[in-house]
Amino acid sequence: MVLTQKELHDALSGRHGAAVQAQLDRAAVGIAGLGGLGSHIAVSLARLGVGRLVLVDFDVVDVTNLNRQHYTMKDIGIPKTLALLEQLEAINPYLNYETYTERIIPANAARLFAGCDVVCEAFDRPDQKAMLIETLLEQQPKTPIVSGSGMAGFGSANAIRTERRFGRLYLCGDGMSDVSDGLGLMAPRVAVCAAHQAAMTLRLLLGEHEP
Amino acid sequence: MKVNGQTQPCPALLTVQALVQSRGLDPQRVAVEKNGHIIPRSRFAEETLCDADTVEIVQFVGGG
Repeated sequence: MVLTQKELHDALSGRHGAAVQAQLDRAAVGIAGLGGLGSHIAVSLARLGVGRLVLVDFDVVDVTNLNRQHYTMKDIGIPKTLALLEQLEAINPYLNYETYTERIIPANAARLFAGCDVVCEAFDRPDQKAMLIETLLEQQPKTPIVSGSGMAGFGSANAIRTERRFGRLYLCGDGMSDVSDGLGLMAPRVAVCAAHQAAMTLRLLLGEHEP
Repeated sequence: MKVNGQTQPCPALLTVQALVQSRGLDPQRVAVEKNGHIIPRSRFAEETLCDADTVEIVQFVGGG
């Protein structure tokens, strides 16, 4: 069954409230990295009906991703942008999805995420997180950034929280559990962290600036 | 100067790089703000600090 745009929009407005939905319709969010964090963030934001999603990842789906990322076996070998787009279009085909299958570097970050109200940092490597955040904070002087930092292992999910730093940087995670300490990334805490990022993004889109 | 909300003395000609390293942090994994402005990592070694400065350092943890 395929709903018309009006039927789906009416259903979202019914659940979220018409005024909230109108704000989400107009919103644009960028997601940098479509792994365990980014794929789940994108699904949440598509379910919310965020009007424009900019999805960027250079990589293809790999067997090692299936323990925590929002992909399935049939996606292995396919660019994450395309595999995710297929899922998002099945959730809500009426949103404006922009996909870029390329590496994010200081020279292209501001261009890729131009016009985004919020950017979610969802990279894996800490040096890449630092690179993107310093680049966007410098080159996009107003855009809030919602970042994931510290979600490996099977420690308490309650340790994952959202903290505001630098005025417009929001850090989600426990700030400590590092993959380089030999901790594996596992589905539950990665999904909790992604949900924190999606929840903070939603709050920012609706004018709430505190975690 | 104030670092992450705590006041500490600032030695003469202290650079951002030296401050980050003195706290046992990896300069490649941090973002630093000085007086509300982001300091790119390429400038850590030359950017000096003084007692009047407010510095915020965030260290990122891998995984995503």
